[in-house]
Amino acid sequence: MKINLALAQIATKLGDVQCNLEKHLDYIQQAKEQKADLIVFPELSLTGYVLQDLVATVAHKPVADDPIFKPLLEASQNLDLVVGFVDEDSRHRFFIASAYLSGGRVLHVHHKVYLPTYGLFDEGRFFAWGDSIRAFDTRFGRVGLLICEDFWHASPPYLLWLDGADIMLFSSASPGRGLTDKEKLESARWVERVSKAYASMFTSFVVHCNRVGFEDGLLFWGGATVNDPNGELLGRGPYFEEALTLIEMDLNQVRRTRARLPLLRDERTNLVQKELDRLLSKNM
Amino acid sequence: MNVDLTINTDVARQILTGFIKSEVSRVGYTRVVINLSGGLDSALSCALAAQAVGPENVLALRLPYRTSSHDSLDHAQLMIDKFKVQCKTIDITGIVDPLIEQDREMSNTRKGNIMARARMIALYDQTEAFKGLPIGTSNKTEMLLGYTTMWGDMASALNPIGDLYKTQVRQLSRALDIPAAIIDKPPSADLWIGQTDENELGFTYEEVDKLLYLLVDQRYSAQECVEEGFDQKFVDAVTSRVRRNQFKRMMPPVAKLSNRTIGYDFLYLRDWGT
Repeated sequence: MKINLALAQIATKLGDVQCNLEKHLDYIQQAKEQKADLIVFPELSLTGYVLQDLVATVAHKPVADDPIFKPLLEASQNLDLVVGFVDEDSRHRFFIASAYLSGGRVLHVHHKVYLPTYGLFDEGRFFAWGDSIRAFDTRFGRVGLLICEDFWHASPPYLLWLDGADIMLFSSASPGRGLTDKEKLESARWVERVSKAYASMFTSFVVHCNRVGFEDGLLFWGGATVNDPNGELLGRGPYFEEALTLIEMDLNQVRRTRARLPLLRDERTNLVQKELDRLLSKNM
Repeated sequence: MNVDLTINTDVARQILTGFIKSEVSRVGYTRVVINLSGGLDSALSCALAAQAVGPENVLALRLPYRTSSHDSLDHAQLMIDKFKVQCKTIDITGIVDPLIEQDREMSNTRKGNIMARARMIALYDQTEAFKGLPIGTSNKTEMLLGYTTMWGDMASALNPIGDLYKTQVRQLSRALDIPAAIIDKPPSADLWIGQTDENELGFTYEEVDKLLYLLVDQRYSAQECVEEGFDQKFVDAVTSRVRRNQFKRMMPPVAKLSNRTIGYDFLYLRDWGT
């Protein structure tokens, strides 16, 4: 099966969910016209990133009667969507979240499990930590969602892999940093390196969509990518600029790669569990 | 010791012009105003601004004092001619001297601060007349060292070159084709005759940039810098200077009384809602 993936690396208006929704609907329409099957938006695509005290005012629930999700769910009748937002649970905890919408339904919501709270990041101060990492079924096969810092830890992609995800959809709001004499910022090189590594090690498709635009002095660098199960780059969006990048993914590549390289077949999960049990009991 | 501060100037130019364009337009402006001293930092800010918003939307101010060097005025004019920005010259002697004349014992530092702040007043006045945002011209080296005048040359609405060391300012300026006469002359605030930055600071920018890069960007300890070959006294002087001048890099702290206080737990970006 071949699918057309659309990577929507947009700039957002900080704290203006209605305005960002309109941009989503516009990009969804463009993607539909280009016959996309799935469109992926960046982390916190409906709200902007450095929210600080805006968190509670931009939160939404991914349900049919929510004024923001209603039009998105309607749009998901035509193509599948991944959107970034602030999720508020019934106990009023706020999460950085990604939702996968398809056929007018919410198939899955992922809450970011690793909140960077160091250096220029302050997420742990404003958000609750997610506590689950699950793959889920879509019409394109089993998929996993992760958000930015989640994939800087090896365990979330590993768990998704074991849970059956052959397509990993990563979203980010990654501020550009590390200007050297090279053409790419260090932050772009780091993320591209790990995306390629996961695709190679997990013989899976790894999709990454990062936002663009400024928030004060922070510039988000864009450069959305898709790596195939061989770790080969299938395509990349431009750096620093808004873009809708269409990339065809031949999902049969998973089978061909794993016939050559049976890393999944040979993965020794019992050994991992045994050693983790030993390490965790020793550390207690 | 191998400390390499080289930057990719294409990427730097793309980011910094994008920053100016974005951060000017999202607060409803199309134009900017810059104090063009004749030195390199303001020349670079001016060149970046001209590329970002178009030279017709940049007002470069020449603000001489009666003792200012002729080179400063000439070099500012070189920039104006080359980058085709709008310009205006305002002599600040008439607003500076009445204050200086009130104290015959006044030090050069005090006089220099008055001039820097008089230029700030002229800059902000022209932002209203020209309907443009004031663009900053302070580089990372001088901000870290506190070699600046608070509410004087540091005053601006946004600062495109504040994360570039002086060495990198030179490199980017060459790439943007800023006249060599401006790049090659000894850096000076030109607040009194014969003043140069490096004489006043007691070290060269090239030396201190390497040290600051290790201390700040690479998180080396002072001891590790000495082990890398920097003189202990030099390292001590610079680290002390960076710490002592932290106040210059901050808004004045507010004494907390309520449950929600500006600066502590009332937290929004400047770009809130834009």
